[in-house]
Amino acid sequence: MSVDSSPVKFTPARPGQPLPDITTISGGRPVFRAELPDGRLAWLVSGHETVRQMIIDQRFSRAQAVAPGRAAPGFEMSAAESISGMDPPEHTRLRKLVASAFTARRVEALRPRVAAIVNELIDTMAGRPQPADLVAHFSLPLPAQVICEMLGVPAADLEQFHAWSDAIIGDWQREAGEIMTAVAELYGYFGTLIEIKRARPADDLISALIAARDDADRLSEHELTVMCCALLIAGHETTANHINLSLLLLLDHPDQVVTLRADPELIHGAVEELLRCTRLGGLPPARVTTEDVRLGGVTIPAGELVIPLYSTANRDRSVFSDPDRFDVTRDPASHLAFGAGVHYCLGAQLARVELQEAFRGLIGRLPGLRLAVPAGDLEFKPGMAIHSLRELPVRWGEP
Amino acid sequence: MSRWKVSVDKNLCIGSAMCVAIAPDRFVLDERQRSGPVESAIDPDEQVRDAAASCPSEAISLVDADTGQPVDLD
Repeated sequence: MSVDSSPVKFTPARPGQPLPDITTISGGRPVFRAELPDGRLAWLVSGHETVRQMIIDQRFSRAQAVAPGRAAPGFEMSAAESISGMDPPEHTRLRKLVASAFTARRVEALRPRVAAIVNELIDTMAGRPQPADLVAHFSLPLPAQVICEMLGVPAADLEQFHAWSDAIIGDWQREAGEIMTAVAELYGYFGTLIEIKRARPADDLISALIAARDDADRLSEHELTVMCCALLIAGHETTANHINLSLLLLLDHPDQVVTLRADPELIHGAVEELLRCTRLGGLPPARVTTEDVRLGGVTIPAGELVIPLYSTANRDRSVFSDPDRFDVTRDPASHLAFGAGVHYCLGAQLARVELQEAFRGLIGRLPGLRLAVPAGDLEFKPGMAIHSLRELPVRWGEP
Repeated sequence: MSRWKVSVDKNLCIGSAMCVAIAPDRFVLDERQRSGPVESAIDPDEQVRDAAASCPSEAISLVDADTGQPVDLD
């Protein structure tokens, strides 16, 4: 097969920057070769149908993309041992053990508890002097407390988790050694907690996983530890920064906030539209072709790095009319913000409930919520895995 | 061994395509990206069991065709 042109340079947009015009970059090709900022060559996949086709196809391997020598330093390296870096059948065996805890039905049962945590956090924040940092007082503690309660992790250890989670996922430009040290410390923490839970099981996810190991030998001790760490990390910075980025988008569209305030029932669709329109990270997780694969009119040879550009799928005008318009009343049901296929976000349903309750609370209880600094002064951590805000100073009430 | 009956509740399906990715010969998405079985009566198939156990919206139902009892998903 012939490669029709030399790779184009591709730099993912920083948060707040406009998306690069992919049609111009790619010359209108849905699948094209690009040189990434770190010098690696990859095939980039754009457009709703092509991205979807790619990510449900098992010939695109996550395991090979995070294998030693292939993975980008840091976060991708730490992903190698978790289910996000595995292929079936290993992936299926491990994911099945936790899938039932995150189904729509099970998570819906947690909604009252999520709403209660939202209210407690807003009560506390409302009692503090303004401006308040939404990251420290709301967007980070909400998902952290929810996942800790699901897992059975003592709330007193939350502070330490923020530090580990931050080292692992928050800042991708940290030295790889620093990231791996945080991973080792987190493994050590869970090793100890697992022994405590093994001696005194409780009604939580860690105890359920211990039972799956001890009673049915369905995962190894190391897999058990890694699973706990992965659930904690994945359930943490992702939702927190989705709250931050969604709030920034909403504050940019005051008319949409008015619409939402007038009809709180719109919150479900609004959260889907927020998921469609915000970009949580820079470069989505890569795959590697296990054989030559025909996709989007080209043949990608075996062993090549391939990256799906979800932001182009979510703004594909053949699927979403006027895709750059943010409209909380539209039905963006087929967005790919959570991916698709075997790696469809395990916590998708939980994230939906958290986002719905978070914005129900923020919009309903803090009228006049606004930034306390110019948007241009907000500082993101220099990572590329997640667009993570250092602080989000806000005010509310009468100006 | 008795056969299985596979069905997908399209009202519960959220179009994650989990089942299509795990068992591409057994499930197919319609034009609204909702899943359905390729064939509703099948011989027992571990991939179909995996797909049902992994479905994020518990939309896949697997029953023993003889007894009408749900198939154990573990």
